[in-house]
Amino acid sequence: MEKTLITLAMWLPLAGFVLNGLLSLRSKPANQSLVSGIGIAGVLAPFAIFAYLTFNLDILHLTEEMKEFVLFSWMSTGTFSIDFGYRLDGLTIFMAWIVTGIGFLIHVYSIGYMYAEKKDFSRFFAYLNLFIFAMLHLVMGNNLVILFLGWEGVGLASYLLIGFDVHKDSAADAGKKAFIANRIGDAGFLIGMFLLYQLTGTLQYSGILEFFSVHSVAADLLNVIAVFLFIGAVGKSAQIPLYVWLPDAMAGPTPVSALIHAATMVTAGVFMIARLSPVFLGAPEASTMIAYIGASTALFSALIALTQTDIKKVLAYSTVSQLGYMFMAMGVGAYGAGMFHLMTHAFFKALLFLSSGAVIIALHHEQDMRRMGGLFKHLKLIAVLFWIGAIAISGVPGLSGFFSKDMILEQAYTFKNGGPVLFGMGLLTALLTSFYVFRLIFLTFHTRHDGVADMEHHHDDHHGHGDHHGVLPVSWNMKAPLVVLALLSIGGGYVGLPHLFTHETPAIVSYFDKVLEYSEGKSPSEASHAWKNHPTESEEQVLMGVSILVAVIGFLIAFLMYQKGNARPLPDGAARPFYQAWSYNKFYVDELYEFLILRPMKKLAEFAYKIVDVKIIDNTLDAIAAALVAIGNFFRSFQSGVIGDYALYIFLGMSFLGMILIGGVI
Amino acid sequence: MEIEIIRIIFLTVVLFSIGILGVLTRRNIIVMIMSVEIMLNSVNLLFIAFSRYFQDLNGEVMVLFVMAIAAAEAAVGLAIVIALHRNYHSIDTMDIKALKE
Repeated sequence: MEKTLITLAMWLPLAGFVLNGLLSLRSKPANQSLVSGIGIAGVLAPFAIFAYLTFNLDILHLTEEMKEFVLFSWMSTGTFSIDFGYRLDGLTIFMAWIVTGIGFLIHVYSIGYMYAEKKDFSRFFAYLNLFIFAMLHLVMGNNLVILFLGWEGVGLASYLLIGFDVHKDSAADAGKKAFIANRIGDAGFLIGMFLLYQLTGTLQYSGILEFFSVHSVAADLLNVIAVFLFIGAVGKSAQIPLYVWLPDAMAGPTPVSALIHAATMVTAGVFMIARLSPVFLGAPEASTMIAYIGASTALFSALIALTQTDIKKVLAYSTVSQLGYMFMAMGVGAYGAGMFHLMTHAFFKALLFLSSGAVIIALHHEQDMRRMGGLFKHLKLIAVLFWIGAIAISGVPGLSGFFSKDMILEQAYTFKNGGPVLFGMGLLTALLTSFYVFRLIFLTFHTRHDGVADMEHHHDDHHGHGDHHGVLPVSWNMKAPLVVLALLSIGGGYVGLPHLFTHETPAIVSYFDKVLEYSEGKSPSEASHAWKNHPTESEEQVLMGVSILVAVIGFLIAFLMYQKGNARPLPDGAARPFYQAWSYNKFYVDELYEFLILRPMKKLAEFAYKIVDVKIIDNTLDAIAAALVAIGNFFRSFQSGVIGDYALYIFLGMSFLGMILIGGVI
Repeated sequence: MEIEIIRIIFLTVVLFSIGILGVLTRRNIIVMIMSVEIMLNSVNLLFIAFSRYFQDLNGEVMVLFVMAIAAAEAAVGLAIVIALHRNYHSIDTMDIKALKE
């Protein structure tokens, strides 16, 4: 029964992909109600099934046999065998809820967002369902090979959706960039998988968990494995140094940015670390490195977000930054906190992205904040929802972001290997986060009340929407998911009420301690116990007070600069003070990569083409061909066509054979 | 009177060589066919000689087969010659080079 349901849940999105894909191949645009119906069914059905399973099974107390659902034996050679199967436990169901739940809301939103694209409508929904299919396999598979299958599948869906606007070169380039950056990570991930297989002799999660519950492995080996696995996460989850693809991925439609590049796919790396928690918990040095990379990413991308002018770019760097928080949590062994932030971030970042999408649609695809302003009076509901998202992300008490971010900061502070440094970086990031998100709000919704009128001329001439004037109304199917996400952004944090309030372990932390327990008493909290100091209550109070304080300071700076001070971002070419220029130009990282990697690569490619290919390989082949022609010409001269010549050849041949024969006899 | 077998072998070798030379050097197709007949008959002679020498009738049976095949070959060969003459108005091998490429 459960097996049938899970199989259905896993494969229905693929059916949606096939149906909508076929519809998109017809030259006539497909009926949009039909397309959206198929697309919604492809994600709502799995959501309903997972909800049913959650409420009908006691997920936390399943036995090992009840967690595994093997469909068939996929490949088997010698001692190596891989089953195609799924695993149902507290972690996978948690991710499945997020993927299908947020996925469903974003599908609904997409109907409104993509409605004007009559021709590409079905293609868009086909890709979205393909993404859901791949992402579900990533989280639900019962072994690392299926995870990798989904890992590559979401990469493909991401590539297709970033380059969705196939006529724009920039979109196609961004798609390629995402794909290639992910390939680098995948290579590391594969090596990590091989090493793990060599160590444990299996890629099945149940086998790996059992192995680690029985054996204790030397930390130096696990450090190597953990680093390679983390390289995969760096690519997929956009951490330093491979984060550069994520901001460019904003070339895709906004629902895609919300679903794939904020809420679900980019958190795959965090999920993977939680999934393989015994490996990372046994690798303290690698975990410390992960924590520092996460913290640096969080701080670095928050610095870039400060001066960006494209509304989606700000949110993209903010996503990179928040992912950095999650990795910081994973690195200090606070798996519950990391997964908690994954969830709350999915809520408020999807909310922020989708509201910015509503603004973009209302302004005829304008994304530049310098052309926005004073939108509050036109888009009241959207503005209110945006405020909710901003308050949630900035860490104002009461909303979800506060609880998860505060938990991460507190856990980072207690980390023995430089906890205060991590805490400081996290705190600074929180300050910057609060500043850039309120800067975005003031620039978009509040200041410069003439902004909209200014925009209208601009748009009439270069988008051809001649009949639209002013701000477009936002349809209900875009607003409804936003309201749901706003409610989740407000309420989602209450599963993790801090220790300070309740004097108990936060509910979500004990949930994940139970879920990720890989043998009696070996939960993440206990396994990472030695990594941590234990703060006193007054320390906890100070930490929380400081993190609230920086959120308020960030807000005040933004308010004073942009609302009171009426500061506006400068136009592209304007001279900036050097600190602004560095942030605005993304610390020249793209240029650095261009110089360090792309240019040598191009040189190498040119060498391979002009010297190796044209000169060496082509000339060698030409010489071989010429030699063959010469040999052929030589033999052709024997073909005179005169029968007597042939008779002579026969005679000579026979004589030769005869001589050999007689010689042999003698 | 018995003739020594070696003399007959010598005779047949000479006859066979004459046939080969004829095939290789003459340009008239009819003469080439005649030369082939000489070669066949030299072999026939050798068969007969060995048949008698070894007191074995198989050799003589073989000769009958060879003669039948030679007759058939002559018939087919001459038919080809006639067909060639109709198309090329010549039976000189130098004029017939359709085999070349």
